[in-house]
Amino acid sequence: MKVGRREIDGWFSIALALTAGYLFLVVWPLVTVLVSSVTKGGAFSLDGFSTFFSSKLYYGTLTNSLLVTVCVTVLAFVVAFPLSYFMTMFRIRGSRTLQILILASMMSPPFIGAYSWILLLGNNGLITRWLRSAGIDAPSIYGFAGILLVLTLQLVPLIFTYLMGAWRTVDVSLLEAAESMGVTGWRRALRVIAPLLLPTVLGGSLLVFVRAFADFGTPMLIGQGFRTIPVLIYSSFVGEVSIDSSFAAAVAVIVIVVTLAVFLVQKFIVDRRTFAMTAMRPIEPVRLTGWRAWGVYGYIYTFLVLALAPLLVVVVSSFRNTLYGQFTRGFSFNNYLTAQRDITRYVSNTFSIGITALVVLVVIAVLVSYLTVRRKGALTGALDTMTMVPYVVPGLIIGIALITAFSRPPLVLTGTFTIMVLALAIRRLPYTIRSTTALMLQFSPSIEEAAISLGASKPRTLLQVIIPALAPGILAGAVLSWVTIITELSTTLFLYTTSTQTLSLGIYAQVIRGQLGTAAALSTILLVLTMLSLMLLMRIGGNREIRV
Amino acid sequence: MTRIALQSLRKEYAGQVAIPDLTLEIRDGEFFTLLGPSGCGKTTLLRMIAGFNSIEAGTISFDGTVINDRPPAERNIGMVFQNYALFPQMSAGRNVGFGLQTRRIPRAEAEARIARALDAVRMGHLKDRLPGQMSGGQQQRVALARALVIEPALLLMDEPLSNLDAKLRVEMRDTIRQVQREAGITTVYVTHDQEEAMAVSDRIAVMNLGVVQQVGTPAEIYRHPANRFVAEFIGKTNLLERELIRQDGRALVEIGRGMPVDVTALVGPRAGARVQLSVRPEAVRAADTGVPAEVLDETFLGSHSQVRARLETGEVIEFLEFSHQSSLLGPGAQLQLAIETGQLTFFDPDSGISVAPEAASGGAA
Repeated sequence: MKVGRREIDGWFSIALALTAGYLFLVVWPLVTVLVSSVTKGGAFSLDGFSTFFSSKLYYGTLTNSLLVTVCVTVLAFVVAFPLSYFMTMFRIRGSRTLQILILASMMSPPFIGAYSWILLLGNNGLITRWLRSAGIDAPSIYGFAGILLVLTLQLVPLIFTYLMGAWRTVDVSLLEAAESMGVTGWRRALRVIAPLLLPTVLGGSLLVFVRAFADFGTPMLIGQGFRTIPVLIYSSFVGEVSIDSSFAAAVAVIVIVVTLAVFLVQKFIVDRRTFAMTAMRPIEPVRLTGWRAWGVYGYIYTFLVLALAPLLVVVVSSFRNTLYGQFTRGFSFNNYLTAQRDITRYVSNTFSIGITALVVLVVIAVLVSYLTVRRKGALTGALDTMTMVPYVVPGLIIGIALITAFSRPPLVLTGTFTIMVLALAIRRLPYTIRSTTALMLQFSPSIEEAAISLGASKPRTLLQVIIPALAPGILAGAVLSWVTIITELSTTLFLYTTSTQTLSLGIYAQVIRGQLGTAAALSTILLVLTMLSLMLLMRIGGNREIRV
Repeated sequence: MTRIALQSLRKEYAGQVAIPDLTLEIRDGEFFTLLGPSGCGKTTLLRMIAGFNSIEAGTISFDGTVINDRPPAERNIGMVFQNYALFPQMSAGRNVGFGLQTRRIPRAEAEARIARALDAVRMGHLKDRLPGQMSGGQQQRVALARALVIEPALLLMDEPLSNLDAKLRVEMRDTIRQVQREAGITTVYVTHDQEEAMAVSDRIAVMNLGVVQQVGTPAEIYRHPANRFVAEFIGKTNLLERELIRQDGRALVEIGRGMPVDVTALVGPRAGARVQLSVRPEAVRAADTGVPAEVLDETFLGSHSQVRARLETGEVIEFLEFSHQSSLLGPGAQLQLAIETGQLTFFDPDSGISVAPEAASGGAA
């Protein structure tokens, strides 16, 4: 007698509905892009690809992007490793505050960094003018060097948080064992610790790679002649250089192929090198004295100053007087007052769209992670794979895919509130699902069985036992998702109208329009919002490991 | 309160047979233990009774009603898990009250029952504690109260003590036994610890590789193991292979060379020419006359010492010396061993099945 009930219950219908939703809202739009990359006027054609590879103007952007990405990934790791090493091994005064500040610098909207470095080191920048008055020619912030600087500062915190998470799994006995065999200091860090952290580092560097490769705001603002591939996608899609859409689609496909390849290589390496570790006794930081303390504090603070300077510049600039968008002498609230109506619109859009996306995101993430952890099967396996698709697809391309698929019947969504919510939710889902899945894996199945054995129905078990027990973790994940939603730019760049324009889109538009004062004011508001959210996260998250 | 009948049960995991064909009867109000090494199928069987595992063939019935297709939530079971499985966000009181809430018991009555259940496990004073603020033993007490408060038809316990330390384990098993007796609830208990099983059970089913080896009271299983596996798994034993000498209607074995012992009453007609005999450590003691042996080593364990000695045949035998006899035997010491013949059990050396006369064997597999 087979008991088939386990297969066909409410959960099965949910899995089916989610799979159908993903196929329609994520897979199909991406397939549309794929199809349009190999068609022209309804017939099969590889014109898009051949155009791309025929001119250095185009394929050069790919090599530019790869160069930037590799350099940023390596550089970010080189900077972040000592940072995490110091924070773990040594007792640093105000360590918690410093960690929050490092995190905050990562959470600042990606393009604000670029924008404020222009304010500092641009042609008419603060430092540039100051150096010029002293008779020195400032190094140019535009182009490759600028992108490298901005992206590295932006992504060091990301690797740093990954590393800190990995450090927490290293048991102090491993370090003591190494020490008892006479291996100490940097030799120990390289020979014992680095290999232990490697899987995490690889996991983190993939994220850095994908982010750097797909970043649009920074190269757009600061790259000038140095064009990266997201900039090419953008300009060809909005038609500035007026090339057909099959070309933009072809470039998008090339980008997906590259990120997918990197993802697979990384997965291959990580899968063979993962070891399970839990620290019974985590590392106890030791007190530092003398010149070593100076060195360590110097390193940490130098990084913090570089990482936070842009934010400070933006905040200060927002209070400067402007004339025709350019900064002039004197300080006032004028930037805020003159743009009042826009500010209200941006902020209310940010909240309404952001919160809706967040709710959708959390509900779907809880359902998917429950299904993939507790109901392993062909259907949930497929669902799990599908939800990870946006992980390797840059936001810009998700935007293009959605606009291509939903600008014509059966479903017309362009310009709507729905498409904004949809884009943001899709973009963020892989991350939220991963963090929720991690929570779900730690949650013993017998707790659920205990509830059922006591007579609770499945929905009741989910709502009264599972979700409340995981609530702190889910909430912490949600705040983090919220921060990335409100700072997201590239995904929604093609999708907004004035009635769905959010803060980050507003900043971008104002910078492009040359309204630097308004842009600074908006950036300040976004920063404050981000900081408040992060403080909330620290309160509810406690010492929980923060995953981005 | 409930009689459980398991009839020709079969369990497969992805084509692998975990339990081929299992039939058992659990009596009303009985404390019944499934005992066996890890991977023997005891937890699988318990989860089939609970309804968390599917059943590939056979039936499970409660009081004569087949409940195969009844979901776990409707089986009216109380379950205690190895890792306690308390709801982490609820206080002890709310954990215990959860099952009452799903049963829509009026609030006042529920409160009274929660208080009574917590008092029964001596946790009344910690009603408002969260699981994270309780020790393992306290958590398991709350888990027990939570399972009992709903007055289930059947109480299921899956290795409830294995996460506790040794001393607490002994204390907790007494609590479990006492609470179960008072409530009179039919209980199925899973453990791999034979001492724990002996201490709490009315009857034990010893399992290996998905097959029940023997069912019986703790004493029956210990004294009359149905096969070699049971003899070795329950308690300690020494296995010696000997020729069985049939002479004038008597059966004899020579444990020491040239020293035949009469075992007529202990072996049945099934016994062949060779037998394997199981000698419990407590059936052996140093004496003035007996089987000659040489001491290999001795381990002092407080109330007694554990001695290993080599017989003339080269076989190593382990036995207990009580400490009040003070004389620690050094390695190499020569001594004579007296063996209590009444406690010997006999197995077929090939099949490992008991060859005791029918009357003496306690309910074979």
